[in-house]
Amino acid sequence: MPIEIARADHLEVRYRDRVVWSDANFRIHRGEFVAVIGPNGAGKTTLFRLLLGLIRPSGGTLRVFDEPPRRGNSRIGYVPQSHVVDKDTNVQADQLVRLGFSGNRWIPNLTPAMFRREREAAETALRSVGAIELGKKSLGAMSGGELQRIFLAEALAGNPEILLLDEPLASLDIRRAKELVEQVHDLVRTRKVATLLVAHDINPLIHCLDKVIYIANGRVATGLPSEVLTTDSLTALYGVDVEVLHDSRGNLVIVGGEDSHRDPDS
Amino acid sequence: MTNIGWNWWGWNIILDLREMLQLEFVRNAFEAGTIIAILAGIVSYLVVLRRSSFAAHALGHVGFSGAAGAVLFGVAPIYGLLLFTTVSGSGIALLGQKASHRDVEIGTVLAFMLGLGLLFLAFYNGFATEAYSILFGEIVGISNAQVLFTLETSLPVFLVLGLVYRQLLFASLDEEVAEAKGMHTLVLGLIFMLALAVAISIAVTIIGVLLIFALTVTPAAIAIRLAKRPLYAMLIAVAVALFATWAGIFIAFYEVEPTSFFIVTIVFIIYVVVRSLPYLVRLKLWFARLLSRSSTRPGRSSTHPLPEPPRPDAPEPAAGSELM
Repeated sequence: MPIEIARADHLEVRYRDRVVWSDANFRIHRGEFVAVIGPNGAGKTTLFRLLLGLIRPSGGTLRVFDEPPRRGNSRIGYVPQSHVVDKDTNVQADQLVRLGFSGNRWIPNLTPAMFRREREAAETALRSVGAIELGKKSLGAMSGGELQRIFLAEALAGNPEILLLDEPLASLDIRRAKELVEQVHDLVRTRKVATLLVAHDINPLIHCLDKVIYIANGRVATGLPSEVLTTDSLTALYGVDVEVLHDSRGNLVIVGGEDSHRDPDS
Repeated sequence: MTNIGWNWWGWNIILDLREMLQLEFVRNAFEAGTIIAILAGIVSYLVVLRRSSFAAHALGHVGFSGAAGAVLFGVAPIYGLLLFTTVSGSGIALLGQKASHRDVEIGTVLAFMLGLGLLFLAFYNGFATEAYSILFGEIVGISNAQVLFTLETSLPVFLVLGLVYRQLLFASLDEEVAEAKGMHTLVLGLIFMLALAVAISIAVTIIGVLLIFALTVTPAAIAIRLAKRPLYAMLIAVAVALFATWAGIFIAFYEVEPTSFFIVTIVFIIYVVVRSLPYLVRLKLWFARLLSRSSTRPGRSSTHPLPEPPRPDAPEPAAGSELM
């Protein structure tokens, strides 16, 4: 039996007294690659904020490493949504990755050993996302795909057991998105880090997923991609007729769900 | 500055310096200037990184009414400066990062604060000279006690900044991740604003509220163009602030123009040179091409127009440029 990293039982969350979604039940195990899918404003980022301990559930239980989520858990690596860097931020990338390793510490580096440990952690993290050659490049001069790899390295530098990636594919073209997904999949397999990835579109991910958390219409469905991404299961989730169509290469299109969700942020 | 006998500095700078440092007020100016330049240089890097230059500008203006109020009540201006800048700095910090983008609101409060300062000074008899020295700085009159006070107020700031340096750097570069990692970004923002308030308050003595930008923002604006590592950039910012302050005091000793003018001018010249470095490099390449062209094919340069010198800021790929 694989080690359980996080579990939710009848989890419910509210945003300003309104239920965003309720009755979510899922288990996440070590080394699993999980996609969090759903329309805009369905509450995908909210799930991450719960896991990070930045907000509290309004009902049910959520446990991370068999304890309630707490803020500042160093076993969680996080890449926020629409994470952009100003064009004139002339700071070389490995400095940010180093901060991912020891940026929450008080007192600056004082001994050569402290500097060395930090440098080695940053190099390992950069190498594991194939970005060692980007280390000396300025953050402001990077493309969207390069930045995503640096943020991934920043999150990895702390050696997390869970990786939360919020819409990392949003600003990438299809080829770059596929490259990044392969990079993440590789990390999941080699480092055995459980990874939750928020995405709009399931297709770039579908070949390497272990599990899907589908959030829509105030409800949450979880399970294997083949169980969740079916006409019946999504029709039940949305509460209106939804159809899942497959093409010859295994890509799928969900028809009918887009208009029926309620936007909890509006 | 007051002209006392010498008309122009000589070629032997060491000898000149030795002569100058015989005088107590010059020693005091150099000592206070050194402390201020180091603190301002460090803080300026954080100002630029956090994009809080408008807040730096704002605190200077708020400080004006604080200083004027202190003068009215017969207290040393520095106390009024410290009180007003720390209170309003805390206010800006507690409103959060978004506050630094509320230009209109801050600007409106600023205009009112300046007006208030004017009113305070209007009640006071020595109106013109006091206003002048708060607005533009007055370094000659620094006493031993003031130097000591400058040191005493900045030492705790150095200590706290050293302690939170890494967290502050992280929170400035990547606030969301820092927050998720359990850092108290609001507290860090508050610490930064208080450090900025102290830096501005003590810097006003030498450079004045209107020229505060030259020591609390521009040194780092120069440094980030020369170094990509925060520590190096901070050291360069300190070096620029120190050089400008020292050179400003030195030159002003022999000239009648005010010290702050020289400091601001030196900082400005360094800024212009550093900003134009990429253009100069490209211009040099262009000239090299022009020379090789005219030497190999002498007839062509007169009949054919030369290619435009390339713009150095154009080809940089922007973040997110590959969107879609």
